[in-house]
Amino acid sequence: MAKPMAHTMAHTTASTSLPAAPQHDPAWLGRVAWLSLAVVLLWPLGLATEFRPWVLFEAGSLKVTGRFLASFLPPAVAPDFLLLVAREAWRTVAIATAGMALAFCIALPLTLLSVRALSVSALAGRMAPGPFWLRQVTRWVLILLRSVPELVWALVFVRVVGLGPTAGVLAIALTYGGMLGKVYAEILESGELHATQTLLRNGCSRLQAFAHGLLPQNAGELTSYTVYRWECAIRSSVVLGFVGAGGLGQQMDSAMKMFNGGEVATLLLVFVALVALADRISAGLRRALG
Amino acid sequence: MPGQPPATPVPPHQPPALSGGRWLAAALLGLVLASFWSLDLQWAQFFSLDAARSMGRFLGEFFPPDTSPGFLRQVAQGLAETLAMSALGTLLAAIAGLALSLPASRLHAGERAWARAPTRALLNLLRAVPELVWAGLLLIAAGLGPFAGTLALAVHTTGVLGRLYAETLENAPPGPGAALRAQGVGKGLVFLYATLPQVLPQLLSYTLYRWENNIRAAAVLGVVGAGGLGQLLAFHMGLFHMAKTATVLGAMLLLVALVDGISHASRRWLMR
Repeated sequence: MAKPMAHTMAHTTASTSLPAAPQHDPAWLGRVAWLSLAVVLLWPLGLATEFRPWVLFEAGSLKVTGRFLASFLPPAVAPDFLLLVAREAWRTVAIATAGMALAFCIALPLTLLSVRALSVSALAGRMAPGPFWLRQVTRWVLILLRSVPELVWALVFVRVVGLGPTAGVLAIALTYGGMLGKVYAEILESGELHATQTLLRNGCSRLQAFAHGLLPQNAGELTSYTVYRWECAIRSSVVLGFVGAGGLGQQMDSAMKMFNGGEVATLLLVFVALVALADRISAGLRRALG
Repeated sequence: MPGQPPATPVPPHQPPALSGGRWLAAALLGLVLASFWSLDLQWAQFFSLDAARSMGRFLGEFFPPDTSPGFLRQVAQGLAETLAMSALGTLLAAIAGLALSLPASRLHAGERAWARAPTRALLNLLRAVPELVWAGLLLIAAGLGPFAGTLALAVHTTGVLGRLYAETLENAPPGPGAALRAQGVGKGLVFLYATLPQVLPQLLSYTLYRWENNIRAAAVLGVVGAGGLGQLLAFHMGLFHMAKTATVLGAMLLLVALVDGISHASRRWLMR
């Protein structure tokens, strides 16, 4: 122990007059203890998820994977297939857009019902019990709508209306309606409420106070969030295709099931390009809105 | 009119950013109309008496949910599997994301960082493909079951976390790292003892946030056969076991609500 100490001392006094730096990591015991605890905790996780990476490298699985990956090249570019892809890509965007339009129609009235800033009785202090419970119940409805993943809504609607874009549009409309409503209400309540309250106190109706007080103040943020959600909806409408709601996802699902690597490659490329384009448009719009 | 108070200055009609607002609104309206017009939506079928009846029957079959102990045990197992998938997937993604975020970031101004652009492109690609699509692809290599789902979550989340980590590393205060580098300390040690300790809380917070997202994602991944609650749901719904479907749906909603509640409470607690 003394020898390395002396060595360090000599070394440091030669350059600076700082106290000796420890030769070893002073916290190594703690680090080792945490690491081993983590390994012990990881064991059951691995068991529960059937985590067996070597399965990937077994001869049979390697062969299938290799063949599938090799068939990615060249991507399928037959003219009629490309036409189909273009049509499905548009359908994906259309499902997202139509879903968002309906979601907006669901979200707007629910937002107006649930915003506390538009309560007349709350101006005098506490909100009256009737309006309070109305707002609370509306909030619960919004939470319920958005808690069910859109994929589950889609599964349910595919059963009711059959395969096709209707299920996808409805699924996006319900889940995104819940999300938009909740976030709209949060945005509207987070701002400066003085103008709105003044309008209400001076006898404006709630709708007037909303249109002239709350909305102008928050319009930029509301639009920006809606555009961002539209971008998310495009991503999710592809995913919804996997349960039969039409669009690129449905083509991708069937191409995967047929092990048609070339088609999968084309579809993936188109999808990534579509998402990148939506991302660019959405970012541009949001920047323009400030 | 005489006797009117002097006109107040008229505020500018619109903020300058929205000057193209009318065009934007028109384009949006066009897009929405074109969407509705081009999709062969079956509203008639959806709003018909027949559909209402079948919907009613469908929902009616959900009740009462199957609460036999044997099935509940199965659902609990699915729930545990979902949680395990999300946790392990996020952990793998954190490790891979950290490994990829190093070449994807310029750690100090003088670094050439030649791998930055290609690594970022790779991360973007991983991130652009949703978990469910990854799951569909990985099923071919990993077979049906939670392993494929875990890998799918890990691959997608690696893209997300790698990107976020790289941004954080680049935004870390450069002082301590520069001090060590001036003393001739090697790259790895500079990262471990100067950069990492500074950004660790931020990295952890990103990782936890993604974990929260991944729990939600893991619940539905099974729909393509990648394990967890989603697989139970797709299985029983496919066989029209409506009572069992209702139980699985209930468990899913409970999980999402629980995650939301915990996240909300912990955020509020941290913000105090």
